[in-house]
Amino acid sequence: MGNKQTIFTDEQLDAYQDCTFFTRKEILRLHGRYHELAPHLVPMDYTNDPDVKLPLALIVNMPELKENPFRNRIVESFSEDGQGNLSFNDFVDMFSVLSEMAPRELKAIYAFKIYDFNTDNFICKEDLEKTLNKLTREELTPEEVNLVCEKAIEEADLDGDSKLSFADFENMISRAPDFLSTFHIRI
Amino acid sequence: MDSVDSVFYSDHSGPSSNPLLDQLPSYQSLLYRRKSSTSGGTKRRGSSRGRLGSSSSWRWKGDKVEERPKAPSLQRPIRELPKTMEEKRRDREQRMEQDKDLSSWKQWRQNTRRTLKRLKEDSVEMLRALELWRGDIHVIEGMFGTGILSYFSFLRFLVLLNFVIFLLMFGFVMLPIIIATHASGNITFNRSDGSECSNYPSTSRRGLVVFHQYITDLLSGTGFLEETYLFYGYYKVEAIRFPRFTYSIPLAYVLVTVAYLLLSLIWIVKRSAAGFKRNLVQDEDRFQSFCNKIFAGWDFCITNENAARLKRSSLLYELKTDLEEERIKQKIAGRTRREKCRIYLLRLVLNVFVVAVLATCFYCIYRATIHSQQSQMQRPTNFILDLIYEYLPSIVITLANFITPLMFSLIIQFEDYSPAFEIRFTLLRCVFMRLASIGVLLFSLWSQITSCEGSKCQCGYNHTLYPCWETHVGQEMYKLMIFDFIIIGAATVLVEFPRKLIVTHCDCGLAKWWGQQEFAIPQNVLEIVYGQTICWIGTFYCPLLPAISTIKYFIVFYIKKMTLVNNCRPATRPFRASSSNFFFLAVLLIGLALACVPLAVSIAEIDCSQACGPFVNYTKSWEVVPHTVSQLPNGLQGFLRAISSEPFAVTFFVITCLAMFYVIALAGAHKRVVNQLREQLAMEGRDKRFLIQKLCQAQRSLQVHSRSARESAQNYSDPGGVFLVRPPSDSATHA
Repeated sequence: MGNKQTIFTDEQLDAYQDCTFFTRKEILRLHGRYHELAPHLVPMDYTNDPDVKLPLALIVNMPELKENPFRNRIVESFSEDGQGNLSFNDFVDMFSVLSEMAPRELKAIYAFKIYDFNTDNFICKEDLEKTLNKLTREELTPEEVNLVCEKAIEEADLDGDSKLSFADFENMISRAPDFLSTFHIRI
Repeated sequence: MDSVDSVFYSDHSGPSSNPLLDQLPSYQSLLYRRKSSTSGGTKRRGSSRGRLGSSSSWRWKGDKVEERPKAPSLQRPIRELPKTMEEKRRDREQRMEQDKDLSSWKQWRQNTRRTLKRLKEDSVEMLRALELWRGDIHVIEGMFGTGILSYFSFLRFLVLLNFVIFLLMFGFVMLPIIIATHASGNITFNRSDGSECSNYPSTSRRGLVVFHQYITDLLSGTGFLEETYLFYGYYKVEAIRFPRFTYSIPLAYVLVTVAYLLLSLIWIVKRSAAGFKRNLVQDEDRFQSFCNKIFAGWDFCITNENAARLKRSSLLYELKTDLEEERIKQKIAGRTRREKCRIYLLRLVLNVFVVAVLATCFYCIYRATIHSQQSQMQRPTNFILDLIYEYLPSIVITLANFITPLMFSLIIQFEDYSPAFEIRFTLLRCVFMRLASIGVLLFSLWSQITSCEGSKCQCGYNHTLYPCWETHVGQEMYKLMIFDFIIIGAATVLVEFPRKLIVTHCDCGLAKWWGQQEFAIPQNVLEIVYGQTICWIGTFYCPLLPAISTIKYFIVFYIKKMTLVNNCRPATRPFRASSSNFFFLAVLLIGLALACVPLAVSIAEIDCSQACGPFVNYTKSWEVVPHTVSQLPNGLQGFLRAISSEPFAVTFFVITCLAMFYVIALAGAHKRVVNQLREQLAMEGRDKRFLIQKLCQAQRSLQVHSRSARESAQNYSDPGGVFLVRPPSDSATHA
């Protein structure tokens, strides 16, 4: 409808529409946002799938992520190399999972990755302490931090190894009423 | 526990120390395959498969078990898989290849399904673009988070609800009358039978009318407004005879009233169903858990620096409050018997005091209403004084609703409840106060209307003072609504703006103590629920009230948004979005229930006026329905009578009770099963760790044996007879 865009081929847009929760218009808009992060690096023509990655520092300065205490972890979890360099595919993937329409199970998987700071597939007490300190900018006393982490593990740990595996985490998230409404970014 | 857990201590510099663990299917679900991994250095990001349960099959690292291609109907949509974009695209192409192998019928079905899905997505996107105030709400969400957002989306819901109610009333009651005058319909007006009861003196002003009289009329619904579509009294139509059928206005009036109440109920229940389901599934015994605050506490939507700072401080406050609450719980558990008696006695005294306060307020409202009614019957004297007397009930109600929350929040501090319960209980008391004050007003109105000089009223109501009492009640509701709107506007302009100016420019101690305005969500919600209850009750007497209400809430949205952005800081005690949605709709439902009671009493019990309105030919408004039913064909009539008869009602009630008991029993059984499964899960986890530990021990002892066997063989061949102790080579325990 209207002017024909030359950024993506129709097949690419179809593929994006099937693989994410965005419509064609939103994907084009996302491309615009990706482009304006680094106009000299990102080509306007994506029809032949160029291999362009933007570094972590550029992406965490986006207004949607700037105030988020977990912005570094979010971008790292969606990057292929684990260092935070996102290609356009990763970029779209990230916002797709964080959009309103993504289901709870999918969000829980990525939330677990985000909160797992040492990437050992468990959320241990150190990960929890880091999460809490990022949330409150270290304004709780160490005893309070310790107490809160212990209580959180006590609530969620099912198999008794005093850290949270993915099963524990998913079970706890299904009982957390605010997760779906807070774990989403509007773009 | 440490010896068992040592299998899990991976040194972070290298891969995990036990290859067995890596091969477990549950590990494979989230394994990070880094560049230095043994899988051949593929550039794939981790997480091959998510927790797909029984609908997928696992691919083992060592084994080459291929994935079973699932039937298309059982596959999850691709966008819900936790893979990278390239993997998802490959999956998509794979599925499209599979589709080509299917029969042409199945292919056609797939294609239609795909196009329908696309169509649905496009239409949903178009509808969302048309959504009212989408941009404004986005901005509010970014600045203040999802708690305050829920208030504004609640306001939007009320605007839509009122608009739909107005459309109902307009379409079924007003439109036929308007059409009939232009089309070929023949209107039969209600004839006055000349009796004393049907004498309705005209209220239009004659002669030289002073200008301020028009203002009084506009603000109180009398004078030129009284005989318009605005009020019940104007609808003096019995029926409209169109060429082919007769349209009965009284029947339409009663049925539309019932319809809009039912519609409101269904819409509210549907909206709260999602939140309620979640509340039922959780068996939380605490107010809000720590995990919920840590993992779902930060609003990822926040884009504003100020809002982020405030969110951080509010999270901090919440966590500190929770720790405090833990301490208080321990203190309560450690109370002695004597302390308990003292506290219960104190609570009893304070509750009696609260009841006394409520009774005083209600009595004040009652007396104010009676005084206002009596002064309205006299000649108008002073313009301003008359207006004050007209609005006296509204003024008293607003004053009472301003003072009582302050008193309640003061009293509850002495009652020594846990902080969470304190909030809920105070809120409950305020809700009751707000909504019951409308009931008291109506009750006092009715006591005036149905009391005559003698013992029994001639026409069933006081026809000398209130020839058309429904219009009068409609006028009172109209006044309540107008006054409510004026108060919201005045509070913003006269209180909040000056407060902000004083706090930002003045540096005195008073300004610092007063502080900047907080956007207190519960009080604001109560305000708009109060307005909505008035609308529900008043629509029967004043059919254009929903339209006025729509316009009022429309303007209130912008007023509140302006005051939020300019004057307020978010409350230090944050209101969580999940529980708040449920709270708003619960309070709205209470308002709806409270609105149904006066309407039911007035339609079914009180004699309708003989001088005006559509029900002149009936004694009570409800009588039009049995009257119409008796004119229906015999079969339908018999069916309707059977449905409304007692045996049917009793049977229906018994069946509903049985269904409810069954569902409750089922819920209890499910809860037990969930607990059992949880224990089983914990046990399985411990079993797994125990087995792995045993296996590792067995592996180690096997290696030690084989090593020592090898070494003894080698040492045996050493000619010097010196024991060559070779350092143990890197065993197979390291991957």
